[in-house]
Amino acid sequence: MSEYAIEARNQLVGLFGIVERNVYLTKRYILWDIAFMVWTIANTLTIVFIARAEHVSPGRENTLAMMLLVGATIWAYLGIIFEFMTETVAWERWEGTIEYTFMAPLSRLVHLFGQGAFAVLYGLIRAGILFFAVAAFIGIHAPQANYGAALALLAIASLSFIGVGIMTSVLPLISPEKGAQLGFVCQGVMLVVSGVYYKVTVMPEWMQWISKISPATYVLRGDRAAIIDGTGLAWADVWPLLIIAVVATPLGLAIFRVGERHAKKHGKLKRSG
Amino acid sequence: MSIHATTHSISTTERVRAGVPAVEVRDLRKTFKRRDRKAGRFARKQAWPALHDITFTIARGECVAILGQNGSGKSTLVRLLSTLLIDDGGEARIFGYDAFKEATTIRRLVNRVSVEASFFKKMSAAENLSYAARFYGMTPRQTRTGVPAILEKVGFPSERRGEAMENLSRGMQQKVALARALLTSPVLLLLDEPTTGLDPRSKLEVQDFIRQVRSEHDATILLCTHDMNEAEALADRIGLLDRGRLLFLEPVEDVKRRFGVETLEEAFFAATGREFENETSEEDDEYREVFA
Repeated sequence: MSEYAIEARNQLVGLFGIVERNVYLTKRYILWDIAFMVWTIANTLTIVFIARAEHVSPGRENTLAMMLLVGATIWAYLGIIFEFMTETVAWERWEGTIEYTFMAPLSRLVHLFGQGAFAVLYGLIRAGILFFAVAAFIGIHAPQANYGAALALLAIASLSFIGVGIMTSVLPLISPEKGAQLGFVCQGVMLVVSGVYYKVTVMPEWMQWISKISPATYVLRGDRAAIIDGTGLAWADVWPLLIIAVVATPLGLAIFRVGERHAKKHGKLKRSG
Repeated sequence: MSIHATTHSISTTERVRAGVPAVEVRDLRKTFKRRDRKAGRFARKQAWPALHDITFTIARGECVAILGQNGSGKSTLVRLLSTLLIDDGGEARIFGYDAFKEATTIRRLVNRVSVEASFFKKMSAAENLSYAARFYGMTPRQTRTGVPAILEKVGFPSERRGEAMENLSRGMQQKVALARALLTSPVLLLLDEPTTGLDPRSKLEVQDFIRQVRSEHDATILLCTHDMNEAEALADRIGLLDRGRLLFLEPVEDVKRRFGVETLEEAFFAATGREFENETSEEDDEYREVFA
């Protein structure tokens, strides 16, 4: 094997290591995860019940409930992606392992993508449970739903979400105490401008412009159409997501590198530093 | 079985350039910035030099101890050589590779054991070691045999391999930390206070293991410690780092001869005019706070 092939193999093994570690940790914290899942379902119910409170026809109520449910599910999914990405640094700082990870011969891109890959897998499982649990609880019907298209669009959007998540994952390196929380600020802002529980057109025009660069806009629009109307993958939703992914990932990596350099210059990698 | 697993990737020894020192440090400087505690919350940050123009060389296979009190700059030196800090001047080469410009290559050659045996506390020793090994290209098949073998070598009881790290004693955790460092076959091992906080028995076990590593494994060792007896027992040469300055780096007998003293404590006093264990001024506390 050439040196490049060996290096590529080593990086893949490293990526697997990140995913494997997260599997171990998820197993160890599974009861906490179940508790958090209950909270997420309860929180989503508070949103979806709004559709019941509207005195509209049963068909309209079902559509409104599904629109809210898709928004809440995407919110929860994005929350998991950002949580895992910001934990790339925050958790390892807390455990004290970050210096060992950062002195290992693993490329930062692979390191961050490994974290993103697990976040996507885990997020999809949780989002699926959330969606079907709430739909069953409230009794929402989606007879025309094209779940395959909805899942495919979410998978494509995940590349963009990982790119943006990489940008937020650097925050705990800059501020060990408050950086992780800023990831949630990013999640909230992204969903507000993307029409999480409403159509983008209800927002002021300047917000609608911002919504065009948010990947959540396209996944919310596309997934609602796929689940409520049964449409397939729309190219109009796919190409912006691909462009955002192509831009966001190298940009996120560049931002992370600046943050890492800052931390190494000022001795901030260390937990108490 | 060998003390380390060597089945992954290009072996580290293949990367080592022949005929060059293991470590070559020349005029290495590192300064941190922090606010002066007395000047108030909004005062401008001041430069606090952690290392002043450090110069030394370590030959391949040598064990060198750097002695120094808390805050003397030992950990800063180890972090610079581990690619965890960016220097403010000077040069550091490991087996001929620039520690700052060729960090990726350096990372395959170096591993480190620090005073804190940092692990994922809920994960077991075997899981933590497997996780660390993946970064160095070791597959599950390789760690399935490599991890138990290295744990056995450091005297870790096999029945506790699956137990969460948080349930292990500090001495046990430090053994796992040593195993983690050796599992990746480093040719330069950086030991930063590896026995601090251990009970006397665990301390001796770890020291015995370091001797064993030297005799069985082609590793160069840089041991940073404030334990003079440990330094004298393990190292070929001893250096004294005081407030970021390397005062000397010589075989222990030469140090004693140079200052005309019997012990390293007396040598420290002769070199600095201060007692080794008696540094309690506020200025020293601030140094410790920044660089510990």
